[in-house]
Amino acid sequence: MKIVVLVKQVPDSGAERNLRTDDNTVDRASANNVINEMDEYAIEEALSLKEAHGGEVVILTAGPEKALDSIRKALSMGPDSAVHIVDDALHGSCAVATSKVLAAAIAQQNADIVISGAESTDGRVQVMPHMLAERLGIAALTGARKLTVDGSTLTIERQTDEGYEVVTASTPAVVSVWDTINEPRYPSFKGIMAAKKKPVQTLTLADLGISAGEVGLAGATSAVVEHSKRPARQAGNKVEAGDDGGVKLVAYLASEKFV
Amino acid sequence: MAEVLVVVESSQGAVKKVTLEMLTLARTLGEPSAVVLGAEGTAAAIIDKLAEFGAQKVYVAEDADLAGYLVAPKATVLADLVARVSPAAVLVASTQEGKEIAGRVAVKLDNGILTDVVALDADGIATQTVFAGSTIVKSKVTKGLPLVTVRPNSLTPSPAPEPGAATVETISVAVADGDKLAKVVERKAEAKGARPELSEASIVVSGGRGVASADNFKLIEEFADLLGGAVGASRAAVDSGFYPHQFQVGQTGKTVSPQLYVAIGISGAIQHRAGMQTSKTIVAVNKDSEAPIFELADFGVIGDLFKVIPQAAEEVRKRK
Repeated sequence: MKIVVLVKQVPDSGAERNLRTDDNTVDRASANNVINEMDEYAIEEALSLKEAHGGEVVILTAGPEKALDSIRKALSMGPDSAVHIVDDALHGSCAVATSKVLAAAIAQQNADIVISGAESTDGRVQVMPHMLAERLGIAALTGARKLTVDGSTLTIERQTDEGYEVVTASTPAVVSVWDTINEPRYPSFKGIMAAKKKPVQTLTLADLGISAGEVGLAGATSAVVEHSKRPARQAGNKVEAGDDGGVKLVAYLASEKFV
Repeated sequence: MAEVLVVVESSQGAVKKVTLEMLTLARTLGEPSAVVLGAEGTAAAIIDKLAEFGAQKVYVAEDADLAGYLVAPKATVLADLVARVSPAAVLVASTQEGKEIAGRVAVKLDNGILTDVVALDADGIATQTVFAGSTIVKSKVTKGLPLVTVRPNSLTPSPAPEPGAATVETISVAVADGDKLAKVVERKAEAKGARPELSEASIVVSGGRGVASADNFKLIEEFADLLGGAVGASRAAVDSGFYPHQFQVGQTGKTVSPQLYVAIGISGAIQHRAGMQTSKTIVAVNKDSEAPIFELADFGVIGDLFKVIPQAAEEVRKRK
């Protein structure tokens, strides 16, 4: 079984994040860039499938050169190799164009399963798995909180607002996972050392048969017109509960007409 | 005026609030046309409601396969409709399924897509809040027509001033094999009681690590019920197994924007703030006076939630 895991490097969601003032793209230069948190759950799921069913796990990342840090970090958890799509022309790509690039790279891999996180913490657009499935003509099992594999049949529990849906498909398929699906392992010292020597194949747009004009800011299907910082919320009144904290709380709610 | 397509979300014969919000928004952009995609019998119960909120036309596509397979069949029907009628804009709910349908339509039509939109003007300029609500972005689709997913609770839905009867147009559906790859074999409901849906609720009462056990979440539920609100939970509470994941508010859960958000026993880590800081009014109860949640609370009570909340519940009952 060959499993491709999509990994995205994103600005740390625990720190302040900004858009650039020159071209309105995500400011990655000044940010602390890390693996998109949800992707660690995708990697874990892939590794446990490999442990149960055999096969190999390949990391796939599109991003600037320094995304290699996140690729090595991903490899330190245990995947076998990685593919890194690096091309200056990719800067500022929209979701539609990014899906074209990733789909082309996945098609070269001949994977049985493609696993991704349910969303990235920077864009939170949540559309990539279905965009890829649409382009590749394969199934998309998205929003999984549980995944089981029986031969070539995949079954997920898909989290919904009302509960969950049980959805099945045959390989090849794209699966996206929520952070409830497993507990990602920590890289071992041995894993970190081994990751430094694992093969990372670098691909350009030309290697994927995509021209520069189809991607990046030039080929984007949407654009940020302007952006501004939202004024920070002002802290309001803070009171000690004393003996009547509940009464104070409800008095406030009543003054705001919620009670 | 140009036609604006609104993709309807409904559940058990009831139109979801976000759909009424989208119809209200669509009226400011052109003539709203609702698009119903579902199994047989989905549209009949909801057409009057859609007309009441301004739908002049209702496209009805009904087929068991639209509900029986994950989103691909719905996306095909919608993309075909968009290509046929060339609307001024397409509005889809910014829910998991809504985003997935819109994402597929974007690829099919090679059309731009904007998600989690909170406002859209007649020039197609959309407003989004990004990076945990810290940044406001104005953006637009530059290729194709405005295809946007609208975040629930972004505006107040209102019935059309002079609603008429909607024209109904039936769309015949024949789902191709290529769209039948992900089969829904079962739908399981997990009880949330009679509470409103988290992302649509105007009041949300959330519990965090401080609630300390699954059992204690009854306190949160009780208080939510008294206020007519939905129940939410912080990631710490969900990870500790106190409450199910579908109720998680924050970076890796739901983003909510209610009129009132009550944070109980929640410290206010950035992961949580990401999901709630665009709420209109925020109230917090926490025993730690230094908890970051107080930095964004309009009103905060420093104290033991196990004393404050039961007393508050009693006080609400008294006032009723």
